[in-house]
Order: sequence, then structure tokens, then C-alpha cells
Amino acid sequence: MLQNKKTLAALFTAASMMSAHAFSGELVINTDTSDPAPKEAFETLIAGFEAENPDVEVTWNLFDHEGYKTSIRNFLTADAPDLANWYAGNRMLPYVNAGLFEPVDDVWAANGLNDSLSSAAASMTIDGKKWGVPYTYYNWGVYYRKDIFEQNNIAVPSDWAEFKAAGETLKAAGVTPITIGTKYLWTAAGVFDYLNLRTNGYDFHMALTKGEISWTDDRVKDTMANWKELLDADFFIENHAAYSWQEALAPMIQGKAAMYVMGNFAVAPLRDAGLTDDQLGFFQFPMIDANVPMAEEAPTDTMHIPANAKNKVDAKRFLAYLARADVQSEMNATLGQLPINSGSTVSDDKFLQAGYQMLSSTEGGIAQFFDRDAPAEMASAGMEGFQEFMVKPERLETILKRMEKVRSRVYK
Amino acid sequence: MRCGQSLSLKGLVVSIAVDDSITVDDSVTAEDFIAAEDSIKDKSMRDYWRINQQRLAPVLFLMPGLLMFVVYVIIPIFQSVDISFYSWDGLGEKEYVGISNYVELMDDEAFYTSLKNNIIWLVLYMLAIPAGLFVALFLNQNIRGIRIYKSLFFFPFVISQVVVGLVFSWFYDPSYGLFNKILAFFGADPIAVLADEDWVTYGIIIAGLWPQTAYCMILYLTGLNAVDSEQIEAARLDNAKGLKLLWYIILPQLRPATFIAMVVTIIGALRSFDLVSIMTNGGPWGSSRVLAFYMYEQAFSEYGFRMGYGAAIAVVLLAIMMIYIAAFLYKMYRDERGH
Amino acid sequence: MFPKPIEKSAPPVRVLYKIALPIALIIWLLPLLAVALTSLRSQGDILSGNYWGWPTSFNMLENYTAIFENTPIGQYIFNSFRVTIPTVIGAVGLSCMTGFALAVYKFKGNLILFFLFVAGNFVPFQILMVPVRDFTVSLGIYNTISGLALFHIAFQTGFCTLFMRNFIKALPFELIEAARVEGVSEIRIFWYVVLPLMKPAIAALSVLIFTFIWNDYFWAMVLTQGADTQPITAGLKSLNGQWVSSWHLVSAGSIVAAMPPVIMFFLMQRHFIAGLTLGAVK
Repeated sequence: MLQNKKTLAALFTAASMMSAHAFSGELVINTDTSDPAPKEAFETLIAGFEAENPDVEVTWNLFDHEGYKTSIRNFLTADAPDLANWYAGNRMLPYVNAGLFEPVDDVWAANGLNDSLSSAAASMTIDGKKWGVPYTYYNWGVYYRKDIFEQNNIAVPSDWAEFKAAGETLKAAGVTPITIGTKYLWTAAGVFDYLNLRTNGYDFHMALTKGEISWTDDRVKDTMANWKELLDADFFIENHAAYSWQEALAPMIQGKAAMYVMGNFAVAPLRDAGLTDDQLGFFQFPMIDANVPMAEEAPTDTMHIPANAKNKVDAKRFLAYLARADVQSEMNATLGQLPINSGSTVSDDKFLQAGYQMLSSTEGGIAQFFDRDAPAEMASAGMEGFQEFMVKPERLETILKRMEKVRSRVYK
Repeated sequence: MRCGQSLSLKGLVVSIAVDDSITVDDSVTAEDFIAAEDSIKDKSMRDYWRINQQRLAPVLFLMPGLLMFVVYVIIPIFQSVDISFYSWDGLGEKEYVGISNYVELMDDEAFYTSLKNNIIWLVLYMLAIPAGLFVALFLNQNIRGIRIYKSLFFFPFVISQVVVGLVFSWFYDPSYGLFNKILAFFGADPIAVLADEDWVTYGIIIAGLWPQTAYCMILYLTGLNAVDSEQIEAARLDNAKGLKLLWYIILPQLRPATFIAMVVTIIGALRSFDLVSIMTNGGPWGSSRVLAFYMYEQAFSEYGFRMGYGAAIAVVLLAIMMIYIAAFLYKMYRDERGH
Repeated sequence: MFPKPIEKSAPPVRVLYKIALPIALIIWLLPLLAVALTSLRSQGDILSGNYWGWPTSFNMLENYTAIFENTPIGQYIFNSFRVTIPTVIGAVGLSCMTGFALAVYKFKGNLILFFLFVAGNFVPFQILMVPVRDFTVSLGIYNTISGLALFHIAFQTGFCTLFMRNFIKALPFELIEAARVEGVSEIRIFWYVVLPLMKPAIAALSVLIFTFIWNDYFWAMVLTQGADTQPITAGLKSLNGQWVSSWHLVSAGSIVAAMPPVIMFFLMQRHFIAGLTLGAVK
């Protein structure tokens, strides 16, 4: 840990010194990987690249996760780095449309990525061109306190009735079933996505996020009714609107809450806080309707070259490095996530293996995430609505009407 | 005599276009001017300067500052009004949409929430004035060490609103925060102030009142220093004391302090942005938004980049502010005439 | 003097006052004291929820070293100085001149120009954000220290002009008249006659502007990003995102961020208050 601190300090000093004078092989990378595990993964990644390419000096600007979402728009237009991380699918559409990302089909062709990264090729393609290189994806699902489940003789629930029964047992034992922190809104969208995927299926969900279906549709109301069952039964922790997702880990660590609907990135901080693999488990979000094939949520994270980048040559070398099987194996082992490259090895970590199995056998389809599948303004209005609904379920009608109003304006 | 001194704005512009040495560069000091003046070797030019310097000097002195101010403040005000008639995402082309941004505003719940919160801010922020007066009266003594006390009471004003916001977020934390510890001590249930739509704005305003009260306090302390003691003694002889003395004798003399306190408090309330951004980011579900924050959100946040719409909100805020600016300028104008 | 001097009150009242004073102060500064205390706590205390009990250990050195070693907070503070100092020099310098021009010369439009500065200064500055950001981008100085400082100089010139103009107006005009009679040029009058008399105003404004700019958060958010250019206020917001629930680090960071203006205030208190309370007394 101390060693880690020192490299970091050195990195930052280096970064601040380098900014003063630019030299030919300077490569500026902006990322939002401020949480400990992603930060470490990028440190190793950049160090590895620099070791193989001694002529390139990397300047790495680290942004905080939430703030980056605002910053990227600014720096792409005004002061572009040579590389920036972002997300696949609809989320990159505005930047592609505005001509702010550089197509990188040549990188794909030259390095055989069309084969090795084929699984993510579709989500990286807009207008027939590839707009970046994916380096990781991760499954979502329910992370839970195995020990608390065992103490209360709860089996892993596989359908809605079992899930609700499990919650009731937990409540009787004085444990809040689900923890969540909705201060930054997107966590609530994760819950919505799963409920909607399970209630109405993948095709409906994608049509809804594409703006083809009204928010006041009865099928949306079915999803919300399922959600309301959980809310009425007090399944979620109190005051969740006051917490970020990291703060909401605390009740789970302390054993006051037993489940968390989250992405696999939650495992690292839970382990850091002292939970062992005997205490921590994972299960697929339970089935609600047996007629609906189980679809999953698995967002892909990507690296892009901004159109205004200064050093595109070295940026492409970096992308080629990032796409390599061995690099993705190592990086994702640190991230605690899944590599895209088919030649990479998935770490034998039990959560990664579980997620990998689940995604490989998914029949229903794979969604990116609410704020990646829906356009930005719709996502914002939607997530705000979900947060409000979680606290004030009685306002459902008003909330859906408001979202419908946004839909009619946003999709043209 | 002064007819020769009337300056047309056109003249101003020309004079800088001709003379490149007068730039916006702030490193230009009067010594440069003096040097420039000395270096005017040409006799006729020097004579021209000698004769006309009373007319030229104000141009020279005003130019750099005025130019900066016009470019960065005055023109952008009009540009904002202009942009509000466009639909523009800051990336592509601007599209003229007439008043449709304003039409949309009229039917935007979030806008009304922001407007309502701004009014709550305006009204409650005013509490800083009596609170500041109260603290000032409490501290206006001459005992040993009182100066240290005054400084320490003033302390909150010196620190950044970002820090104040962080301090109070933590103060309100539902699990560990001091506020809920105090509630628990009195047997009350915890309130997640910043996650409750009914409390959140008040919670943020209280955080804002803390430094603002300190500011008003210092204004009143200075004011109290200058109160005419003879009048007080005279009133005391007439048996006036306490509140009566305060109301009839002291407060009228504190009027200038009260005026400044009102001005800075109103401006502070309408500019409120930092605390909202730090403490709640406008949440929960947008219930703590204020206009300044909402326009930032619409124009620059991840999910926004609706420059035109943001500018339209800006224009509304400006319109509200103009009432106060006009009132302030009117008072200044009266004072100036009185001189 | 009002209220009645406490030394003239009965002894019990005097004692009561002297007891009430520190208690009131502690309550007033309670949120801040709590933060100061938290910045000394260990990670263990934070995790176990020991926020209010006696700290199990005092980690002052550790926490404060940690924030400097693991985060660019040093760089942020350096950036703050790089924005603040040029702004103070620029805005005060420009307004000495504009204030002089508006106070000393009578010309048509004088009052209008003066009101222009005053009104512009009172505008809720958020409404300038879209055009100012565009302008900064088009100058190619978006996300630079100079881009941020230039805007601050321009905007603060409004307030400083109001201040300087009123200050110079209150100076004895006879001095200037006398110098003119002696044939001293206008520029020399400014430099040798008026400027020396403005020293207190310059000092007061400098301290005040230093504090304002140091504490600016909004424009830092609009015009800069990343650790290379962002000042400490925006930096602290960003670090807060990284330090979620590490309240001992957030607290230590907050204290560090607050230090420079606080030190400035205590060193230059008299000037500071003189600046703030301008016009509070007739």
C-alpha cells in the first residue's frame, strides 16, 4: 500500500511537471477512473505501455467519476487530450454525431480486433465505423451477504416470490433487505432496468429507451407496480437519497443490509472493507415472468481518440496496446471485471467467473445501462423520476407524465 | 468650460485602435504612461498632449479597465439574451427558435421549483440581517480579548462556500452527523435533511446564513462604532433604554450599514450556486434547485448542454435582479445628486 | 456606546457575559470544530463510526501528509495562487485608474459609465457563463490559468471601480487642483499625488479580492478542468468525489483549502474589514 502511495505521488508530480512543457512523444490521457481499483488498473496499464514505448511520455489526468461526465464535453470541444475513456452504445452517439471522436477502423483492421473484440464490435459501430476500443465490461446482478442468508436459512432466490419471501425473512431478523444510494441517481436506474427487463423483456426495454414507447404505457406501469411492491414492503434502506453508491456500501459491510443491486465493481470495495468470500455472494436478478427470457445488463467501457487530439499516432499505438489479450487479462484482473478480447483469460475470481458464466449463457439479450441506452436528457429526467418514485411511490402518475413530456421533446 | 470634454464612445474606440501601446495588458502601469509621455519628442504632439490632457487623461485611464469590463461582462449580458432565442447544444450550429425556449420554461416544473426556491432563499436569507445585528450587539463591548472574539465570529465568512458546504453536508449526515446526534439527544427521529424535499432547501439556506450572518455582523459592528454617543446619552437621560433605544435612536443611525447588508444579502441569495452544487447537486429529484444552478445544469452538465435554454433561465434571473439593481442605482443616483 | 458597556453593569451580569461569550463562540463554530477534530481521526475511527467519541489515536500528521502525497491537492493550491495573485494585481491596478478617471474628471457620461460598472458588478454572474465560456474557448485559453484570471480581473474591476472611485472622491480635491496649477501633468498627478493616498484602499481591496477569488468555485467549474489548472475549490469538489466516506481526508482537505484566506484575514484584518464595510458608515 505504501509502495502504491509512492508511485501515485510520483505520478502526480510527474503529471504536474510535464504539463509545463510539451515534447514530441507526449500522450495526454483523461480518465474518470478515480476509485481505487480502476486507478490501480490504469497505473499499471500506463506503466506497461511506457515500458514498451520508451519514446512516449504519458500525461494522465485523473478526474473524479461523477465530475468527469460534465468535463468530457468541455475538453472534447475546447482542450482535447489524446485519449479519453467513455462508454459504448448510445452514450457515445452525441460525440460521434458532433464529430468529436475519431474513427479508428484502421486500428481495428491492423491489429485483428475485428476477430478478437468481435463481441463488442456492434456496440462500437455507428454509421459503419468503429469509434473506439472497448477494454472491459462487467455484469450487474445482486450482491448479497451470504453469511446473513445462511444464518436465516434463506436459499438464493430464483424467482420473484422467493425474492420477496427472502426479504420478509431478513426484515424479521432485523436486517434491511436491500441497500442503495441514490444521491447520484444512476443506481436507481439499475434497479429499474432489471425490473423492466424481467417484467417486459429486452426488446421492450430497448424500444422504451429508444423513445418508441410511451412512458405512460401500461407495461411500464406493470414494471413500476413490481417496484412498488418492494417499496411498500420497505425493502430498501431509509434515506437512500442522501448517499452515494459508495456510502451505501456501509450498511452491507456492517450487516445492517443484506443485498445490493449493483455492478461487479462493488466487489472490490466490499472486499477492501473486510468482507471475505465466505460472507459475500452473487446471484442473478430473479425471474419475474417465466415467459420473459432473462436479459442482463453489462455496460462496456471504452477508450476513444478525440477528433481534436494532437498526438493521434501514439494514441493509436496506445489503443493497439490496450486491445491486446494479455493486457486486457491483466487489467481486468485488477479491475475485477471482464476482458473483451476473446483471447484474454478471465481471472478465476469467483464473482468474475459467475458473471462470465451468466453473460455467456444469456438468452434474453444484453443491455448497456439506462443512461447509456437512453439519450442524455431522457436518462436524466428518467433517473430523477426513479429516485422520486422510490421515496414517493404515490406520485407515480405525475412522474410518468413528466417523463412522457420529456420523451416527446427529446426524440425527434 | 467643459464642453470640450464631452467624449463620444466612437472617439474612445478610435483612440485605442490608433494607439497600439494601450492594451488590455494589466502590467501597464502609470510609470509606462509617464515614460510614454516623456518620450513624446515631437514638439507639436507634446503640445497637443499638454493642452488636451484633461480631456485625454480620463480616456487613457478608463480604457483598459472599461474595455475588459465591456468585453467580459457587458457584452456577454446581451449575448446571453441573444442565445436564449436559439436552440444550441454548444457543438453544432445554432438554430433560431424564437421564443420557444421561454414557452417551454412556462411549462417546466423544474423551472418553477427553482423559482420558488429562489424566493425562499431571498426571504430567508434576509434573516442574516437581524441575526447579524444581534450578534453585533452581543459583541459590541470593550472587555479584554473581545477583538479575538469578533475575529473568530467573523471566521465563517472568510472560508470558501465549498468548505462551508462540505462542513454542513457532514453536519446533516443522517447516520453520523452532529445535527442528528442532537436530535437523538432530544429523543427525536433522525431527519435526512439533504435527502428530504421538504427540508433540503432550508437546510442549505441555514448553511448559507452562517457566513452571511458573519458578514452582516461585521457591517453592524462597524456601524455601531460610529454611532453618535451624545445622542445615546441624551436619550438615556430621557429614560429610553433597551429595545426602545435601539429602535428609535440606534437603528436610524445604522441605516447605511443596513442598506449595504441588504444589498449584499440579496445578491448573495440570487447568486446561490456553490452550496447547492456541493451539498445536493440540486437533489433529491431536483427539489433544491435554484435558478443559478438550474441554468448551469441545463447548459453545462452531462445531461444538459442546452445553451439556449440555459440562457433563457439566465434572462429570467437577470430580470429579477434588475429590480434590485435599478433600485440600488436609483439610490446611488440620489446620493450623487445630493453631493 | 450601545448596548450599555458591560463594565457598568452589576457584577453578576459581567460574570455571566464573560461565561456566555466563549460558549456562544463554541456553538457558533461548532461545525468547524467538528471538522477540525475529524481531520485528526484515524481511518479506523471513521469506519467504526466513532465520529464524536474521543479519538482512538491522533493522526494529524498522517492524514495531512496523506492528502498531499496521494492527491494533487498541492497542485490545486498552487493553481489557486496562480489565479488569485494576478487577479488581485490586475483588478486593483485597473480600478485605480478607472476609479481615478471617474472620480477626478467631469465629463459627459461619467455617471453612466460609473453606473455601468456598478450594475455589471451586481449582475448574477452565472448569466454570463455561456458567452464567457465561448469567448474563452475562441481565444484558445479555455482551461488555462490565464483564461480564468482574465475573466476574474474583468469582473472584479466592476466592484473595485465602485470602491476606488468613492474612495478617491472622498480625498481632498484641492491637492489635485494645486498640482494642476503648478503645471504637473495629469499622469504625474495620478502617480505622485493620488496613488500614495490610495494605499489604504489598495490594501483593503487586495485582501478582499484575494479572498473572493480564492473562494471562487463557479468560474473554476466553468472555465477549467483537471488538476493542472483547477484551483482548490473545484479541486476539493473533485477530491470529495474520490474520498467518499473518508471524512477524515475530506476534513483535512477542507482545512487546508481554508487556510490561505484565513491567514490572510488574520494578518490583514484591519484592511479586510475596512474593505468590506465601505459605506457602512456615513
